[in-house]
Amino acid sequence: MQKIVVVGAGHASGQLLDSLRRGGSDAHITLVGEESWLPYQRPPLSKKFLSGELTVERLAFRPKSFYEKHDIHTRLSCRAVSIDRAAQTVSLANGEALDYELLALTTGGRVRKLTVPGAGLTGVHYLRGIDDALGLQADWQGRDKVCVIGGGFVGLEVAASARRLGKNVTVIEMADRLMGRAVSPAMSGYFLGLHTRNGAHVMCSTGVTELVGTHGRVSGIHLSDGREIPADVVVVGIGVLPNQELAREAGLACDNGIMVDEFARTRDPKIVSAGDCTNHPNSLLGRRLRLESVHNALEQAKSAAASLMGEQLVYAQVPWFWSDQYNSKLQMVGLSQGSDFSVQRGNPEEDKFSLFYYRGNALIAIDSVNCPGDHMAGKKLIAAGISPSPGQAADPGFPLKSLL
Amino acid sequence: MPKITLIQHSGESYTVEAADGATVMEVAIDNDIDGIIGECGGCCSCATCHCYIDPAFLDKIPPRGDLETEMLEFASSEAKVNSRLACQVEITDELEGMVVILPETQL
Repeated sequence: MQKIVVVGAGHASGQLLDSLRRGGSDAHITLVGEESWLPYQRPPLSKKFLSGELTVERLAFRPKSFYEKHDIHTRLSCRAVSIDRAAQTVSLANGEALDYELLALTTGGRVRKLTVPGAGLTGVHYLRGIDDALGLQADWQGRDKVCVIGGGFVGLEVAASARRLGKNVTVIEMADRLMGRAVSPAMSGYFLGLHTRNGAHVMCSTGVTELVGTHGRVSGIHLSDGREIPADVVVVGIGVLPNQELAREAGLACDNGIMVDEFARTRDPKIVSAGDCTNHPNSLLGRRLRLESVHNALEQAKSAAASLMGEQLVYAQVPWFWSDQYNSKLQMVGLSQGSDFSVQRGNPEEDKFSLFYYRGNALIAIDSVNCPGDHMAGKKLIAAGISPSPGQAADPGFPLKSLL
Repeated sequence: MPKITLIQHSGESYTVEAADGATVMEVAIDNDIDGIIGECGGCCSCATCHCYIDPAFLDKIPPRGDLETEMLEFASSEAKVNSRLACQVEITDELEGMVVILPETQL
């Protein structure tokens, strides 16, 4: 029987396993996961899970019974340390080696660590996995001053969850605006207002020079402008790095991610890769990129599964993302970087509006706050290459659906 | 635990026990029933858990929210008066015997 080994147990992994079995693969499949958890939903960790509205059982991507029913062997709390491509084996940290005929690398990403003095103090947290979230939850119990370093999605979602729990929240962002990598200045401005209105203290254009503590536990942050602010708990969200070392050390090409083609194949015909860890081409965007998103993980995993089954399924989709902060649902479709101009539809003061981004006459992205209709229409419009005129986009009375 | 029945577009029908407080989306995923995707994990962001609720039960579940209604307008299969996003429908004892029809496509 054909042996498939899947290294990594996140969204891409869960979807790949599902797609293999639903696609009729009867291979002997082994899932290797570094965490003790089967694949789970990561997005709620910074939102409903952190604020206590979801239990850990409800995070499962598939229930335990799925793996039993589909005869998927699981090796959890188990780190893959090297790949021998000639021998077609994956070595595990416990000294074992697993044979494979086909290998899938769904190794995801890991948090970028803060490197300033004091970064190793107790009370300094990162948020990537369930264990991180459980640790943070336990630690901020009974503590009030939460300082978030990094005003990106994770940091801001943590800030909103902490505010929901009534904590005193400060967000420190080095750039001059929030979520600068993902959204336009106008959208950053809306979220700055949202957090401020909800009682979080946001400091942009501010760096962190040192974390200070007493008895090994963090108690304050030195800022680049010379100020020091008190902190009972620090949460760092300053980006994610691709877990590409396993691939690179095995001689596979990596460049900000494991290099794959549109079918999620590496240059080794026995090895595919999908999810946050890949650098992949997107024919709709006309370039290669690495994405950190659920949609990317799921859709690329479908292509990877097809490749493993000897089929071809091109991965070329318009990226989309979401973030929930307080009562504002941000949905993004397309990539707005490099746009020439944007037009606004709806009213930010009512917490219900969208920004439509254009390059030339072409609609390339839409960021929506509490306007899921604009987002859903945008997915279809951008994928089909249909652009409403800026005038149509700016008029909430114009039905976008009529263009589809 | 109430029992509900999910019927796929192909006609295949599954009657399963549904835990109180779980959502219809979770019930489908937990029972490995094709036809519900739930790409966003159940936070009303993707409209891939569209379903049609037995009309007799519509008044036993809280009505659609505004965001849900807007999402449904663009669901892959046609939205009807009894359309819901399964991630927004929580199981209660009152839903014993409810029939949920799954649409032809979610994507």
